[in-house]
Amino acid sequence: MDRLNRQQIAARVARDIPEGAYVNLGIGLPTMVANYLPADREIFLHSENGILGMGPAPASGEEDWELINAGKQAVTLLDGGAFFHHGDSFAMMRGGHIDICVLGAFQVSIHGDLANWHTGDPDAIPAVGGAMDLAIGAKHSFVMMELLTKQGDSKLVERCTYPLTAPACISRVYTDVAVFDLGPEGATVIEMVEGMSLDELRRLSAVPLALSPNSKS
Amino acid sequence: MIDKTMPSAAAAIADIPDGASIMIGGFGTAGMPVELIEALIARGVGNLTIINNNAGNGEAGVAALLREGRVAKMICSFPRQSDSHHFDARYRAGEVELELVPQGNLAVRIQAAGAGLGAIFTPTGFGTLLAEGKETRCIEGKDYVLEYPLAADYALIKAHKADRWGNLIYRKTARNFGPIMAMAARTAIVQVAEVVPLGALDPETIVTPGIFVQRVVAIDPAARARTA
Repeated sequence: MDRLNRQQIAARVARDIPEGAYVNLGIGLPTMVANYLPADREIFLHSENGILGMGPAPASGEEDWELINAGKQAVTLLDGGAFFHHGDSFAMMRGGHIDICVLGAFQVSIHGDLANWHTGDPDAIPAVGGAMDLAIGAKHSFVMMELLTKQGDSKLVERCTYPLTAPACISRVYTDVAVFDLGPEGATVIEMVEGMSLDELRRLSAVPLALSPNSKS
Repeated sequence: MIDKTMPSAAAAIADIPDGASIMIGGFGTAGMPVELIEALIARGVGNLTIINNNAGNGEAGVAALLREGRVAKMICSFPRQSDSHHFDARYRAGEVELELVPQGNLAVRIQAAGAGLGAIFTPTGFGTLLAEGKETRCIEGKDYVLEYPLAADYALIKAHKADRWGNLIYRKTARNFGPIMAMAARTAIVQVAEVVPLGALDPETIVTPGIFVQRVVAIDPAARARTA
């Protein structure tokens, strides 16, 4: 089976981002999607700390620490980019102006509930950042993740056991083995990697899965 | 003549008492008013409630306030980071109370205070631990959580340039919470790289009008670099 590595998952997500989309890429794995956006599409990257038209990292030595992304890494601004304050930035999300956000996840339920901010461990110091605003605000909220944890447990679940970031907010999940659409009816497989079967995917994920009539593998 | 400029960071924060609630601008270290915070530490006040997106990075700014044991309560969205060790230690020791607020709710609660609203209904946080026990309402088929405005006694903010009337422009992503915190604090104290004459700031590009600013102090970043 041709499991996708993280770069390949990022490239797969990037393929589905259309020209003209306003997009927020979450901290961590989703940030990698930016590296695979086709150069012939104009796509507006939003960073919740006040940027539209975010560009790539600057050359080493050219960092301006007053120009950073949500992960507090140095970035650049494209021609046509803009700065704004946090009130406006979160109005862009909450107000439904951002087309797509891509988030990482601890767990996603087949109905689109997302858990990605807190393991619920009593010793953990909770931190939420903009995750809850992003999850509910964008027109389309996607998750990208590996299907299984390091221990082999599926992160696509019937019900999240970790504390929720938001209920019923995720419409699509990109993983290393398949792409799923989520909704009130549950999870539908729309794409599988070469060598993956629906039976094997059901075994790995241990959740009910429908197969899209248009599915590709 | 109205002149909101102050001769030093120490003079600008000289009346902040023990137990004050203080909004501090900045996202990580971008926009953090480090010199104003250093003056606050030198003044010796404690038992503070600090409102900031984070809970300190490394050793400077909010991290230093926590290290020195001056903070009783943090209201923030993202305390846990790779370099938030001073917060982590104080929190685990039970010395600092944490009110965790989703980042957009933090922003809009600050805006609500500045705009004189009694409360807001926000969709963010609905159905989660952070909305437990809070009033909710379904409006036109969508669920919302009732959240209250967040005001403060003081705001400490870093902007790029000001004039003596307190008009401000910012620099890049150092803007972040500055404009909304200036509106929500009873006394907004701003450090800038440069104070320019009235009329030198293009009125079409002023981000924070001076009505929201009470004090301004020029902190020359080059001078700091020379003494560092």
